[in-house]
Amino acid sequence: MEFFLQQLINGITLGGIYALIALGYTMVYGIIQLINFAHGEFFAAGGYMGVILLSYLAAHGYMTTHPWLCLGGALVLTMIYCAGLAMAVEKVAYKPLRYASRLSVLLSALGMSIFLQNGLMLTQGVYDKPYPSSLGQGGFEFGMITLSYLQILIVAVTVILLVGLNALVFKTRIGKAMRATAQDKVMSSLVGINSNKIISLTFALGAGLAAAAGVMVGLYYGSVRYDMGFIPGIKAFAAAVLGGIGNITGAMLGGLIIGMVEIFGAGYISGQYKDVFAFIILIAVLYFMPTGIMGENIDDTRV
Amino acid sequence: MILESKKIWKNYAIGLVWLFVLLWPLLGIHDDGSLTVGRAFRVWLYVLVATFLCLSLYLLHKNDILKWVTSPMAKVRNRVTAAAGALPNWFWVLSVLTGAVLFPLFSHRYAQDVAINVLIYVCLGLGLNIVVGLAGMLDLGYIAFYGVGAYTYALLNLQYGMSFWVALPFAAFFACISGCIIGYPTLRMRGDYLAIVTLGFGEIVRIILNNWMELTNGPNGLLGIKPPGIYYPSFAHGFSLEFLYLKKLHYLYYVILFLCIFTIVAVYRLNYSRIGRAWEAIREDETVAELMGVNTFRLKLLAYAMGAIFGGIAGAFFSARMRFVSPESFSFLESAMVLSMVVLGGMASIPGIILGTFALIVLPEVFREVELYRMLAFGAAMTLMMLFRPEGLIPAKRVGTRSEERGG
Repeated sequence: MEFFLQQLINGITLGGIYALIALGYTMVYGIIQLINFAHGEFFAAGGYMGVILLSYLAAHGYMTTHPWLCLGGALVLTMIYCAGLAMAVEKVAYKPLRYASRLSVLLSALGMSIFLQNGLMLTQGVYDKPYPSSLGQGGFEFGMITLSYLQILIVAVTVILLVGLNALVFKTRIGKAMRATAQDKVMSSLVGINSNKIISLTFALGAGLAAAAGVMVGLYYGSVRYDMGFIPGIKAFAAAVLGGIGNITGAMLGGLIIGMVEIFGAGYISGQYKDVFAFIILIAVLYFMPTGIMGENIDDTRV
Repeated sequence: MILESKKIWKNYAIGLVWLFVLLWPLLGIHDDGSLTVGRAFRVWLYVLVATFLCLSLYLLHKNDILKWVTSPMAKVRNRVTAAAGALPNWFWVLSVLTGAVLFPLFSHRYAQDVAINVLIYVCLGLGLNIVVGLAGMLDLGYIAFYGVGAYTYALLNLQYGMSFWVALPFAAFFACISGCIIGYPTLRMRGDYLAIVTLGFGEIVRIILNNWMELTNGPNGLLGIKPPGIYYPSFAHGFSLEFLYLKKLHYLYYVILFLCIFTIVAVYRLNYSRIGRAWEAIREDETVAELMGVNTFRLKLLAYAMGAIFGGIAGAFFSARMRFVSPESFSFLESAMVLSMVVLGGMASIPGIILGTFALIVLPEVFREVELYRMLAFGAAMTLMMLFRPEGLIPAKRVGTRSEERGG
C-alpha cells in the first residue's frame, strides 16, 4: 500500500510534466495540423536555460538569500526565451511551407529538431549539466511515503500554468481567436483575425509551457542533457494522442495517464522497459480509438 | 522590385537581431557568474556574413544583375546536358560500373573503408526510398530493420556457425517479418501519425536489443562475428575447392558492391512495375487509388516489407563487416541520417539517392576538422532543402504526364 501511494505521488509529478509538454503538441496540431518534432527541443532548451540562469544566480549568491525569487525569475525568463525560440523556428521553418505538402513540413520540422538538438550540444557540451540548486530538498514524511517539497512545487506550478492556459484559451478574446483559427483558418481571417499572429502565439505558448516543464525536470532529476527532449517528446505526443489531439483538456488528462502508466509499469512490471509502455499506449490508441479519449471526429487526412 | 528588396532587408535585420538575442544567453552567461559577449558575437558574425552573402547573391540574381555570369553558365550547362544526352544511357551506367569495379585497384585502405560505408548507406537509402519515395509513407524507424538484419546474422553465425551467404536470406526474411509485424497495425494510419508510430517502434526495437541480455548481450554487443567466406577453385594439388574468409577490405568492397547492384536493379525494376505504379498512385492520392481498385493496405504492407528486406540485407553485411554489433549503431539519429540522404538526393530518384549518400558520407570525411558540426549541418540541410528545393538534388522522373501538365 505504501509502495502504491508513493508511486501515485511520483506518477502525478511526472504526469504533470508530460501534460505541460503535450499541450504544446496538441495546440500546434490543432491549429496547423503539424507534428512539431522540434517541440521536444524547446523542452530541452528550457532545461538548459534554467540551468544557465540558476548557475549564474547561484554564483552571485542570490540563490542562498532569495531562493524562491530566483527560481521564479529563472522560470519566467526561461519561458520567455523558449517562446522567442519557438516563434523564430516557426517563422523560418514552418511559415514558408504553410501551403506545401504535409510531408515537406514534417521533414522540415525533423530537420529543425536535429538542428536545435545539435546546436544545444555544441554550445553547452555533450555531458550532463548539473543543476546548482539544493532547493526543495527534504519534504514531508508519512510513514514510508515521502512527499518532497520539490514534488509539491512541481505540481503547484503545473496546476497554475494549466489553469492559466485554460483561462487564456476559454475566457479571453485571444483565446477565442485561437479557437476560431483552429476551427477554420479562412473564415477566421475573413472576420479579421490575423492567423499568422495567432499561429506564432500558439507556438510561443506551447514552447513556454514546455520550457517550464524543462526547468522542473532539471530540478527534479538534478541535471540536463542535450538529447533529453527526444524521449519525453514522443511520450508527450503519445499523451496528446491519447487525450484526443487538438483537445486541450484531453492533453492534460493524457499526460497524467501516461505519467501514471510509466511509473506503475516501471514499479510493478519492469524498470528496464519503462520507455516502452508509452509507445504501446500510443499504438494501441491509434489502432483502436484514433480520436482519443476526448477527441471529436477526425477526417481521414489526419489518421 | 526596390520596394520588395527593402522589405526583405528589414525582415532580415529583424531576424538577425532575434538570432543574437537567442544566441547570447546560451554562449554569454557563465556558471562562474560572469557575462561575456565575445563568443556569441563571433558566432553571430559568422552567421551574418554567410547569410548576407547568400541573400545578396539571391537578390542580385532576382534582379537580373548577375546575368553576365549566369547566362554563359546556363549555356555551358545546356551544352553538357546535350553532349551527355548524345551518348546512350547504357554507356553511362557501364562507365560508372567499371569505375566502381576498378576502384579498389587505385585506392588505399581508408578510401575503401569510406566506399564500403557509402555502399551500405546506398542500400539502406534505396530500401527506405521504397517506403518514403515510392509509397509516400514517412518511416522514422527504418533503422530497426537494419538492426534486425544485423542481429540475425550475428546470432545465426555465433550460435549455429551459419555462413554469411546462408544467413543472408534469413536476415532478409526476419527483417521482412518484423516489417509486417510493425506494418500491420500501423499502416491504417496516414502521414504524420505513421511517422511518430514508426519512430516509437524503432525505439522499442532498440530498447529490446539493449535489454534482452540472454539473447543480445545487451549494451555490450556481440563480438566475434565471422566475415563472409567464399569457395574458390584451387589447382595446387589437382582440383579442389578452398574456403576463404573475405577479411581484406577490397574483398568486402566487392561483396557490398554486388549487394548494392542487386538492390539498385531490384528497386529499378520495382519502380517501373505494376506494383511501383500502384505505390505512386497511393503516394499521390490514397483515396483515389483505392477507388481505382488498388488494394492500398496490401500494397502499403508490401512496400514496408520490401523496404525492410533491403534494410535487413544491408544490416547483415554491416555486422559481417564490423564483426561486432551493439544497439548503439541503431539509434534514431541513424534513421534520420538515412532519411536525410533520401530527401537530399530526391525522393523516388535512384541516381539522386546515390548522389545524396555520397554527399552525406564523403563530405564529412573530407571536412574532418568540422566533424562536430555534421549533424547540425544535416538538420539545417533538411530544412533548407524543404524550403528551397523540395524535390531533391536530382528530381525523379515521372512516368507519364499528369493532366495538368499536358496544358489546356
